[in-house]
Amino acid sequence: MRTTPLPRPAPAPVQRPGVVGETTTRIDGGPKVKGEFEYSSDLWADGMLWGATLRSPHPHATIWSIDISRALALPGVYAVLTHEDVPGRKVYGMEIPDQPVLAWERARYQGEAIALVAADHPETARRACDAIDVAYEVLEPLSDPERAMAADAPKLHLSGNVLRHITLRHGDQAATADVVMTGEYEVGSQDQAFLGPESGLAVPDGDGGVDLYIATQWLHVDRDQLAESLGLSPEQVRLTMAGVGGAFGGREDLSMQIHACMLALHTDRPVKIVYNREESFFGHVHRHPCRMHYEHGATRDGELVYVKARIVLDGGAYASSSTAVCSNAACFACGPYNVPSATVDCSVVYTNNPPCGAMRGFGAVQVAFGHESQMDKLAAALGIDPVELRIKNALAPGHRLPTGQVVREPAPVAELLERLRAMPLPPDASPGPRDLRELPGGVSNTTHGEDVRRGIGYGVGFKNVGFSEGFDDYATARVALSLDGDGDPLVSVHTAAAEVGQGVVTVQAQIARTELQVERVAVLTADTQVGSAGSSSASRQTYMTGGAVKMACEAVRERLLQRVADHAGLDPFDLSLAGGAVIDSRGETVATLAEALVSAPIEETVEFHHAETYPLDENGQGDAHLQLAFSAHRAVADVDTRLGLVRVVELATTQEVGKALNPQALDGQIDGGSAQGLGLALLEEIQIRDSQVLNASFTDYLLPTILDMPPVKKQVLEHPDPDAPYGLKGVGEPPNISTPPAVVAALRSACSRELARIPVRPEQLAGIDEPRRSRPPAPGSRGPAGARPTRS
Amino acid sequence: MRLTVTVNGERREVDGLWEGESLLYALRERLGLPGSKNACEQGECGSCSVYLDGTLVCSCLVLAGQAEDREVQTVEGIAPDGALHPVQSAFVETGAVQCGFCTPGLIVASHDLLRRNPRPTDPEIREALAGNLCRCTGYEKILDAVRLAGERILETQTAAQAGSKQVCDTSLGGAV
Repeated sequence: MRTTPLPRPAPAPVQRPGVVGETTTRIDGGPKVKGEFEYSSDLWADGMLWGATLRSPHPHATIWSIDISRALALPGVYAVLTHEDVPGRKVYGMEIPDQPVLAWERARYQGEAIALVAADHPETARRACDAIDVAYEVLEPLSDPERAMAADAPKLHLSGNVLRHITLRHGDQAATADVVMTGEYEVGSQDQAFLGPESGLAVPDGDGGVDLYIATQWLHVDRDQLAESLGLSPEQVRLTMAGVGGAFGGREDLSMQIHACMLALHTDRPVKIVYNREESFFGHVHRHPCRMHYEHGATRDGELVYVKARIVLDGGAYASSSTAVCSNAACFACGPYNVPSATVDCSVVYTNNPPCGAMRGFGAVQVAFGHESQMDKLAAALGIDPVELRIKNALAPGHRLPTGQVVREPAPVAELLERLRAMPLPPDASPGPRDLRELPGGVSNTTHGEDVRRGIGYGVGFKNVGFSEGFDDYATARVALSLDGDGDPLVSVHTAAAEVGQGVVTVQAQIARTELQVERVAVLTADTQVGSAGSSSASRQTYMTGGAVKMACEAVRERLLQRVADHAGLDPFDLSLAGGAVIDSRGETVATLAEALVSAPIEETVEFHHAETYPLDENGQGDAHLQLAFSAHRAVADVDTRLGLVRVVELATTQEVGKALNPQALDGQIDGGSAQGLGLALLEEIQIRDSQVLNASFTDYLLPTILDMPPVKKQVLEHPDPDAPYGLKGVGEPPNISTPPAVVAALRSACSRELARIPVRPEQLAGIDEPRRSRPPAPGSRGPAGARPTRS
Repeated sequence: MRLTVTVNGERREVDGLWEGESLLYALRERLGLPGSKNACEQGECGSCSVYLDGTLVCSCLVLAGQAEDREVQTVEGIAPDGALHPVQSAFVETGAVQCGFCTPGLIVASHDLLRRNPRPTDPEIREALAGNLCRCTGYEKILDAVRLAGERILETQTAAQAGSKQVCDTSLGGAV
């Protein structure tokens, strides 16, 4: 018997969405502005206990023993669990199960989970964690990814430290060029910093199974990993989506899911776990820090001849989605340009640094900073306008990617840049006294305009939409057309798609409204009672779950028309849906929906698979990607060249979206992605020294505030992709890719410094310190910036 | 510990608090008002913003005990049940809500700004909301929302002054 009644999600609200292409305000907007929307940290159940996690303070240590006796003796403590209590598989991971549910023998990063507590109050649980005695032997952390690749480096995993290496060879490997430009670049580790902390409520069902209410990006991949580690069948582990306070890739991996379920099953009580912000920094993967060495060869008139790149991504202690990030970095390393010859070596390695995985832009963000910096450098060396150089080399349909894959329509890179360049610039700073709030430093009153220079910079980027390299990527949708209690037609849509803020619930309703011509739509709460939707990541969910809903609606419509045709003795091909009725070819009503549905509702469940993709071969060649999405940014920035302070005056952007399904929501994706890109360029870095995180708080990890974000001017292109539902392109990630290089280019043009590392720090802008330049090259690296690579 | 506090106009009493609990925790876990959000619990993000005796505060930085015998207004009390305050409807209409985790704090902070200054300039909006982090929207549509709400409030007030219409639920006369 179930010990506690399950929290019941409210019945799905009925909405009246616009059709595809119309701005539709979000159905959850009302509850969200009133504080009534239920997020995963808001859940509550009778008799609920609080879970807490003891984490390793050391990035690398041998664990000799764990003594839980003092903790277990504390009043109010109901359970203390260690690795010995993991009922099933002791490790988890989306692609490679290499991460311990709870560490045994060895801790490989600071913050690794060691033990769990369930108690009657969160403070009791925290104190019980403090009372667990762990005997560590502290080991030297392997902090440098280049060092980790060395043959004599200690192995962090039995498989070795190189998690994946991609060798990409395309075109003439002996190509030579008139002009050769080299550069070294580095990208720091960015945090997703979703505002809703990792949290959820696990409720035991009394029969050995468990229900989990959770904020996640992909219910089914969570469920499968949970079932493995809990030693249960997938049917015994039921997941229901709770409100998600942002994701951006950081909820693709498990955090507290297995832990909460273990505690709930052990205590036979509902258990809630809510991370605080510090724990959140340790509780999810981050964007991979990245070092890049580039060499570009071009003709004197600016045609790219070849690109060589050596890329090292720091994967941290566990695999997460590193292998796919590595693939993206390799595939998109040369940028959205026609590059006849490419030589790319891209590695992702294990270290004792925080584990890295998915974050918006997924490998394409890091290399965009590299390839765009190179294009600017090349333009300067050739005396060509940087936008002109990009247009001259712009990728276009019919070109081949460095993977050999032929680029399909639409890929309007030149048009994006031309339109962006044509957008009016913000007015120059007015002469005379200026409002302090318009100046770098703001009301800190650090300048009245002296030493302030304005710069303008451009960046363009691209990436894949959907999962690549042969992954069978699909989404499921169940659509029912029925009459409600009042006899009015209603469409119910049930999918497992994660609404992470992007608006996929609204888009599903719009698609149902469009396809079935029914005004009233209810999108049910996402859960594992319906098939997988795949992840809300890779800019794929509108394409994939949107595609599934469209397909399911078409199947429902077909059955409806067949039913009416059978009844009326007509050919179903002569019938269509319009205005709540089935009409014939002359527009006459054959049956209203109420008449057609009175006998029985119609329900269809479909799986939508995207077109097949293929693995990369040993030379990094193959049709690995489904769809490419493109965007370009222009940044205008004022820099106080003496103090190194920045005010970004304006961002402007163009993006190919195929078809804007919900223009307002699309705008929101572009604004938000641009803000995260600006953050990476200027502010955001998880600072790590000797594998220890120095800034696990919003006090020290700097996010853009409303004072930091300039207006974002937007223009979207709608050249349809003939293979995609409604011709759409994924839109979530591109803005995050093209913003950082544009912002840094603007800073460079203002202060004439190299700025080879992001986030750019004031000392770099003021010329006090160029951090990467002043350090000796790491062992195994190819020497200081500008040095010719030894391999041709 | 026992706490007696007036929340959204209603006198409430709760027993059994641990002395270290924040007002945010008490609201969310003791008083059944989880609208105020727990994004950072460090006073950096503004998602837990409430009024305490009419002053905008981060409820994560106030001990529950400090609210003894005082008046708290949370996002749940900004508008009556089933109704939206103009600030709230403007956030929905302009697309200023995405994941929505920052939204309750921004609603209260924007409400506070507009009751002091119903016609704020953009720099004034930015200054007033600088303590509220949003990770989804890039703030562009939040600015739109505050501008729109300000306009509507002014219109309503003008109409009310002209005596053409009785205003109640959109009044910004007092926060609590």
